[in-house]
Amino acid sequence: MTAVDPALRITPTTCPYCGVGCGVLATPDGSGGAAIAGDPEHPANFGRLCSKGSALGETLRLEDRLLYPMIRCSKGTLEQVAWSDALDHVAHRFQHIVARDGPGAVAFYLSGQLLTEDYYVANKLMKGFVGSANVDTNSRLCMSSSVAGHRRAFGADTVPGCYEDLDEADLLVFVGSNAAWCHPVLFQRMLANKQKRGARMVVIDPRRTDTAGDADLFLGLKPGTDSALFAGLLAYLADNGLLDHDFIARHTSGFDETLARAKSMAGSVAATALATGLAEQDVAVFFQMFANTPRVVTLYSQGVNQSAQGTDKVNAIVNCHLATGRIGKTGASPFSLTGQPNAMGGREVGGLANQLAAHMAFTPPDIDRVRRFWKAPRIATHEGLKAVQMFQAIARGEIKALWVMGTNPAVSLPDADGVREALKKLDLFVISENVRSNDTVNAGAHVLLPALAWGEKSGTVTNSERRISRQRAFLPAPGEARPDWWILSEVAKRLGFGAAFDFKSAADIFREHAALSAFENNGNRDFDIGALKAVSDEGFDLMAPVQWPIRAGEQPQARFFSEGGFFSNDRLGRFVAPEMPSLRTETSASRPLRLNTGRIRDQWHTMTRTGLSPRLGAHLPEPFVEVHPDDALRFGVSDGSFARVTTDYGQCTLKVVVSERQQRGMLFAPIHWSEANATSARVGALVAPFTDPFSGQPENKATPASIAPYEYVFSGFVLSRTPLELPAHAWWARVAVTGGHGYLFADNADLLGWQDWLRASCGDDIAEFRDFGGGVYRGASFAGERIETCLFIGPAHDAGDWNVVKGLFASDALSSEQRRMLLSGKSTDGLASAGPIVCACFGVGRTTICDTIASGACTPAEIGAKLKAGTNCGSCIPELKRLIAQTGTADSGQRKVAAAN
Amino acid sequence: MSEPLVIVGNGMAAARLVDELSKAALGRYAIAVIGDEPRLAYNRVLLSSVLAGETASHEIELRPASWWQDRGVTLKYGCIATEIDVGRRELKIENDESISFSKLILATGSAPLRLNVPGADLPGVHTFRDSRDVDLLLTLAAQRKRVVVVGGGLLGLEAAYGLAKAGAPVTLIHLMDRLMERQLDAPAAELLKSLVERKGIKVVLNANTARIHGESCVTGVELADGRKIDADAVIFAAGIRPNIALAKEAGISVNRGIVVDDHLQTAAPDVFAIGECAEHRGTCYGLVEPAYEQARVLAQHLAGKDARYAGSVVSTNLKVSGVSVFSAGDFMGTDGSEQIVLSDVRHGTYKKLVISEGKLTGAVLVGDTSDALWYLELIRNKTPTARIRADMMFGRSLALATEAA
Repeated sequence: MTAVDPALRITPTTCPYCGVGCGVLATPDGSGGAAIAGDPEHPANFGRLCSKGSALGETLRLEDRLLYPMIRCSKGTLEQVAWSDALDHVAHRFQHIVARDGPGAVAFYLSGQLLTEDYYVANKLMKGFVGSANVDTNSRLCMSSSVAGHRRAFGADTVPGCYEDLDEADLLVFVGSNAAWCHPVLFQRMLANKQKRGARMVVIDPRRTDTAGDADLFLGLKPGTDSALFAGLLAYLADNGLLDHDFIARHTSGFDETLARAKSMAGSVAATALATGLAEQDVAVFFQMFANTPRVVTLYSQGVNQSAQGTDKVNAIVNCHLATGRIGKTGASPFSLTGQPNAMGGREVGGLANQLAAHMAFTPPDIDRVRRFWKAPRIATHEGLKAVQMFQAIARGEIKALWVMGTNPAVSLPDADGVREALKKLDLFVISENVRSNDTVNAGAHVLLPALAWGEKSGTVTNSERRISRQRAFLPAPGEARPDWWILSEVAKRLGFGAAFDFKSAADIFREHAALSAFENNGNRDFDIGALKAVSDEGFDLMAPVQWPIRAGEQPQARFFSEGGFFSNDRLGRFVAPEMPSLRTETSASRPLRLNTGRIRDQWHTMTRTGLSPRLGAHLPEPFVEVHPDDALRFGVSDGSFARVTTDYGQCTLKVVVSERQQRGMLFAPIHWSEANATSARVGALVAPFTDPFSGQPENKATPASIAPYEYVFSGFVLSRTPLELPAHAWWARVAVTGGHGYLFADNADLLGWQDWLRASCGDDIAEFRDFGGGVYRGASFAGERIETCLFIGPAHDAGDWNVVKGLFASDALSSEQRRMLLSGKSTDGLASAGPIVCACFGVGRTTICDTIASGACTPAEIGAKLKAGTNCGSCIPELKRLIAQTGTADSGQRKVAAAN
Repeated sequence: MSEPLVIVGNGMAAARLVDELSKAALGRYAIAVIGDEPRLAYNRVLLSSVLAGETASHEIELRPASWWQDRGVTLKYGCIATEIDVGRRELKIENDESISFSKLILATGSAPLRLNVPGADLPGVHTFRDSRDVDLLLTLAAQRKRVVVVGGGLLGLEAAYGLAKAGAPVTLIHLMDRLMERQLDAPAAELLKSLVERKGIKVVLNANTARIHGESCVTGVELADGRKIDADAVIFAAGIRPNIALAKEAGISVNRGIVVDDHLQTAAPDVFAIGECAEHRGTCYGLVEPAYEQARVLAQHLAGKDARYAGSVVSTNLKVSGVSVFSAGDFMGTDGSEQIVLSDVRHGTYKKLVISEGKLTGAVLVGDTSDALWYLELIRNKTPTARIRADMMFGRSLALATEAA
């Protein structure tokens, strides 16, 4: 007999963040939370988790959740309704619009965070039964250029390698990938390879990211010139007799034309250097490293994909691997790192507008096959609209009904202001969501359907190495939230398609999905999990992580293409000649810079989940724009101040970080902030909506932009137990803090107004510090011995130490002495503030780390031994190294001064 | 032969002067101290502690008899000086022979003001000035007499607190709209009021005493606006008046106090005045610290050294347990000054610092006076405060740590 409540047992599941797909062990605490640990058995992570995964337990609260179906009533407010009413309404309205305007007038916009089973049902309903292929997904913004590149080269969307290759490679080439921040657990695996086996790393990126910190060679090329670099590499390989002629001859086509194009683009090291803006020496070193290292993995991510030449970039990379036969071999392969937990699963079911289903396309034989399998006479017969085009069609009034599931397009799509306006034109705007409020919901949704969230839903996801893992429920469904597949099936039944959507469980759907993958496959399609089509409910529940293909009666297969066997009609791999690279836009006198966008280490997408974690909020709490020192000087912006970044599409006001990590002429701003958590930092609004001609993926990383200083006289912060509405004139960003909500703000209004605002926001028991002449106002209200709300505002450069005050705010009871000193904003106990958090896993601050360095720790390992910092996910190790370098310099400088004295 | 030096008054200023003289000019003067109180000099500031039962009466004596003997001081207490003959350099003493002096120091202190209202002379109307008063008040408190204390300044508050602590039901009435208006701004006074009320003292503001009722003894107080307060006793603590009669009758120039120059010398040669009876540059100080400074300067002067008194930056400390109040300098903040304020009313704290031309010029502290002396030092030394401005409110250790960093 076990004394443990079965509901509280350890549940193996899969992390809901990036495409690494780490195994997680969740142990519910019985009151809605759970302890989170890495799953030592999971082959993606072997027990490691990154900072985001480690903090999953902090994101499980229900206070912001959508728990009941809601419909916007005639007054314009969203009102709670019964499920049956909501479903009837959605079905009725969809039916009406399809009848009136045709199936092309409706669309689904899905998410790489949906489970495969949810994706499958959505795709089947829209393409098979409504008869429209207007099913696209936020994966369009993430890796659709890889999909298109793979399909062009391999005849299928196949990832040829696996994670083991990262352990076994001798050269790891990162192209447009900040894996140190965005795929930290895999990056740690690769660092282990570097340490144990001496693998070398090359980082190719316009930005000197933390990934570059560990690189043997950093190539800071001009944005958009990746194709030229790899064309140059192909020419170099050919010129130096390093081609695998046998592989090329037996398994590929198109080599000669491609080589000719490559030579015309970048026929020499010198030409390559010219085309990419790199030093010849660096180009030569890279080419030699690649040429002389058979075991090479080229990893690419958003820097390659999010580009109007993304598909060409993928092919330029793949060309070099095909030409050397370095594909699908141990330690040698091109490797697309996906950004989302189930982008791969979405691709497998065909949840993109230019795919049909199960790695089948809109070709007559495939359409016929899927029609017969689904018994779907109205199946869509041509591609639908891809994300950016889909929302443009909404803006033009051509699409009249949209159902968004689990994503926040009003933040994440290019020209996000345009998207938000477009959404207002819809006749029917349905959202399946976890949260009650986000920018997309607030753009005027008509119907909100509460979907289960991570930890509640159950099904499968596929990671970057084609490994299918279970996401399992370990928490009860809150309120009336339901699985997405159930919601979709209920609508399908109401549309009259009950027979095809009579699913009782995720396992039911998985079996059908597996059966479709194997249906008339005969080895002609890469995606085949036919061996699982008869898995029992129990077998599905217990299913261990498994890599596809898993063909019925055959051994599993970890890699593809080492002996050819591509999925094109002639079974040959295809060399594709890229176009001469050029960005879709030009800079100009009024837009002299280019805006690059991307992720930061501890946040995920639009922060609806990671934004709930105080630990994750501590690393980089404010939205910022990174600027090269020369550009900062040129445009008059300075570190720590504010700047307006303007493009032809929109404007943001961001904190300035001046850094040599940034290339001259380039800006970088993170994508995570929205109107829900900041006033003027929705970076999607700045991004140009230009897309790749093959993949439809937008060029998110090179929008022409200008920057100008924006001055705030005051800055400050608010900490509160409950969410507060800050005065409308202030710039602010919200940050989760232990015990409540934090707001970092800047403002030009007078202090008296803030005093009035605070007094109006809190009770009678208030302490205040006023030095209006010095530009300072601070106030704190109390409930008993606990801080309820506090406000610190001061001169822009000196508002008080937020970290100290956060520490006191986290406490349930302040001592009299702590209360006496609270409004000083300084540490009371003689201890210096720990500083901004660097190691999010163990909450170790910069000052603590610098002190440890100053007292003799001179490697990350020594810091780890003393403080534990960097010993869990390791994603702060680059920053630790930087701090070691900086502190070391400062120290020796001091010594010199001392000696001079 | 030592010169005869006579001090009239046996209070704190006198004791300090003797101390300073014995250090600066030992043996130069033969000192005689003439005092009317029937005991050795004691620390008057601590009378409220005695009243509150926190200190015993004998513990407040400044110096033991042996100390005076060791310094060769002729100590005459319980004696009243009646006349100064400036020309003959003689001091007449009631029921005693006159004594001659070569230097005369007037340290006669001050007397409590008695309001000129009907009933002010009734039995049961008292003052709070010396240890005899304290004995009387303790008797009242022991009998749980209802007491009205008139005057919401330092003295009145201390009397009220002592009486309440000793067991008497106390009402404090004050003419102005706030307590200690000469030392506190409105928020500080408001907080002080609430703190005092928490001690069980009833406070009535804007209370202009019109008359004291009673036939043979006090029965109540009537205010000008008609309010009546029942009482068995009334304590006047509404101010002091410098004791100047002796000087005035001797033809020495007086104003509110005995007028002295920067050497503390009166208009008469070799006659000096220090302490509460003296008026220097138009100011009569009612506090002990200026008296001590004056004593030090005068001792230097009498020792033949060049010493001048340039006035004192005064500070006020209310010493009522649990209600710390401190005030110094330009506490209201004159035009052109800036104010830094920290208030935490529920926590019993209010602090205001006044800054003018980059220097601290005034401070008011209620509740938390731990850094009072540091502020006073900053005010007196005119220390530039720009570098510590952000932190000085939170105390010396934080401000200096930050300044050092």
